[in-house]
Amino acid sequence: MKQPIRPYGDRKDDGVIQLSFVLPVPASEKAKEAAATVAKKLGLSHVLVACMEKAGEDYSFCVVYGRTHMQLDYAAIEVPTVVHRKHGFDELNEVIQRDVGRRIVVVGACIGTDSHTTGIDAIMNMKGFAGDYGLERYPLFRAINLGSQVEPAALVARAKAENADAVLVSKVVTQRDVHKEDARALLDIARAEGIFEKTLFLFGGPRVDHKTALELGFDAGFGPGTKPSDVANYIYYRLLERAGKAPPPQQTAHGTQDATVAGTGEKLGDTL
Amino acid sequence: MAQLFVEASKIARARELAQSAAREVQAFIDRHTTVSIERTVLRLLGISGTGTRGAPLANLMVDRLREAKVLHRGAAYWLGRALRASPGKDPLHAIERVAAHPEKAPPLTAAEEVQLREEMRAESRSAIRELQSRIEQREELKRSLRVGSFEGAPWKYVIVATGNIHDDVEQARAAAQQGADVIAVIRSTAQSLLDYVPDGATTEGYGGTYATQENFRIMREALDAESRKLSRYLHLTNYSSGLCMPEIAFMAAYERLDMLLNDAMYGILFRDINMKRTFCDQYFSRRICGSAKIIINTGEDNYITTADADEAAHTVIASQLINETFAHLAGMKDEWIGFGHSFEIDPAREDTLLRELAMAMMVRELFPRSPIKYMPPTKHKEGDIFFSHAYDVMADLVAVTTRQGIQLLGMMTEAMHNPFLMDRYVALKSAGYVYRAARHLGEEISFRPDGIVARRQQEVFDKALHLLEEVARDGMMAAIGKARFGDTARTPEGGKGLEGVIERGADYFNPFLEILEGKA
Repeated sequence: MKQPIRPYGDRKDDGVIQLSFVLPVPASEKAKEAAATVAKKLGLSHVLVACMEKAGEDYSFCVVYGRTHMQLDYAAIEVPTVVHRKHGFDELNEVIQRDVGRRIVVVGACIGTDSHTTGIDAIMNMKGFAGDYGLERYPLFRAINLGSQVEPAALVARAKAENADAVLVSKVVTQRDVHKEDARALLDIARAEGIFEKTLFLFGGPRVDHKTALELGFDAGFGPGTKPSDVANYIYYRLLERAGKAPPPQQTAHGTQDATVAGTGEKLGDTL
Repeated sequence: MAQLFVEASKIARARELAQSAAREVQAFIDRHTTVSIERTVLRLLGISGTGTRGAPLANLMVDRLREAKVLHRGAAYWLGRALRASPGKDPLHAIERVAAHPEKAPPLTAAEEVQLREEMRAESRSAIRELQSRIEQREELKRSLRVGSFEGAPWKYVIVATGNIHDDVEQARAAAQQGADVIAVIRSTAQSLLDYVPDGATTEGYGGTYATQENFRIMREALDAESRKLSRYLHLTNYSSGLCMPEIAFMAAYERLDMLLNDAMYGILFRDINMKRTFCDQYFSRRICGSAKIIINTGEDNYITTADADEAAHTVIASQLINETFAHLAGMKDEWIGFGHSFEIDPAREDTLLRELAMAMMVRELFPRSPIKYMPPTKHKEGDIFFSHAYDVMADLVAVTTRQGIQLLGMMTEAMHNPFLMDRYVALKSAGYVYRAARHLGEEISFRPDGIVARRQQEVFDKALHLLEEVARDGMMAAIGKARFGDTARTPEGGKGLEGVIERGADYFNPFLEILEGKA
């Protein structure tokens, strides 16, 4: 069953989009026309340059509205997600005791040059996040938070020494995709050290999603709003699965279908 | 209008406790030097440039002296010895020759020892005079121009960080033309962990632009020109933090920067730099900043980006009082100490505006002669740029109402990318509006002595006092070990850079410290 959609501003299916950008030219009528041209070249119609003003001598700040005619089939978009029944704090401790029979060891860090520990701390530290206790609080987890600016090799070495069940990696800084480089480096070292196969590798951060994490070779990715209990439950289920005790979480197919321009079947990305 | 609802006796008690905690650390500082302090001494004596593979000469020389285990006498002494032993040789080779066999260096007579020191002192005095004349140029330009939007308005502080100093100049000029008063060039990620300062103009960086003396010079020159054009003085700031605090302070002073981020504990807590190293380095860097009239910005805002801003507000106050003491011990006057804090309480809660006002007024009033550095929200920033601007505008309102001195206008795209031209443009436009709209608001309103604001100040200050009691009882180093600041525990022997801390010998010689401490 197809489910065609378009961006929505005022009337359904109007395709309205708002854009803001800077052009490297002084503010002028000509700059305003250039702003309209940007929108038109992006394939928008009904273009309205609502604002074109001086942002310093040599720059113009523009806010532009327009309508897109592309349409996409929402039903065809697939995003892999982690699906399992979530246990509460006490219940999870009980089932870990019953099914795993020991404390689960988790080693976490912000790797590379990243010093933003907000994410890893929210998941691992006692306090947790938004009223959801961190892994340290769970009697059945041994949570080792190495903090910020940990070299990938040091994280792998510690995980190996602790015989960790799972490694949590947080990257907040994402300029020039540095988070992906560091993440790949980590997995390469884990492979070389022989712990890649037996350890769960989880990737988290504000610009991380499950799909990206899978593409990088991680077992799972956790984006903004993830609670410690989400991570705790995930680790439990995957350990069960590896021990052959429970069905794996349902994985949907990877990939997002490219948006197409309505009526032509032409890929939008190719039109310009 | 900033109102303070804390008893004066409690404030006096808190200051005494902070002083007693800091004095113990100062005793340690006064017995030690570091590789970065000694490199700064050499740079002050005119050692600049790089040797093989781009290593700064100051590093090569100090490393030789440290390896030869003679650095406890001070790099200035050995430079004097080396140049005397190998007259006409270049300083690096001269130092290498002395350091290769320090025990074989021909002994000096007592008179020669005195003469050597006097020569180095004379050189140092002339270096300081040159530095002072450069500072005076900066001050003269500033006196001739308008400063800030209006009397009492916070200085509008924005960051540029493209990685390429020449692009940074373009972005800084555009921001200045829109009303920015302070340009901060964010450093390349993790430069703070480099135990040397890179050399020359740089065009590649991650998440920022390397702090180098040449980059400082390029940006200051551009801002001088832009200041004259706009008839409004543009301040430049960078980071005297990490493993090269004093070296950056010297370079910044020499290149006429106006401000530096500089905190007595930030590196320890948030960069895992060894605490002994940081305590020594912050001292010498602050001696330089005080002498160069550089406004330091302390980093307490960081505490409430890791810990909960509401619960940890007292750690900000306690740390500010400690930073104040360390700055005073380094000879800094109040007007050069920019105490940092931030607008960070979770926006999902109620009455955060009152709680932020309470804090901003308290900080303002605790340090009435100091410029207060007000930081924008970062912890609860999400990707929505529209909400981000609205959220930042609330901080603008608090800043202008309570007369914060220096306000960073927002990290609009925190954790995604550095601010774009349009993000800075909208932030400057909005702040201009808010400052105008609320220009005299603070003078018109007063808060109830039994209300939320008053109670909040009292509660936070009581907790700060309690924390300072503990710090004074256990000692600074032990308190940091117990994660009392920023939820982060560090040990005296842990962290990076401890190997660069050296106990001063009885014959330790640092002519700049003598001058800066007023002993020569």
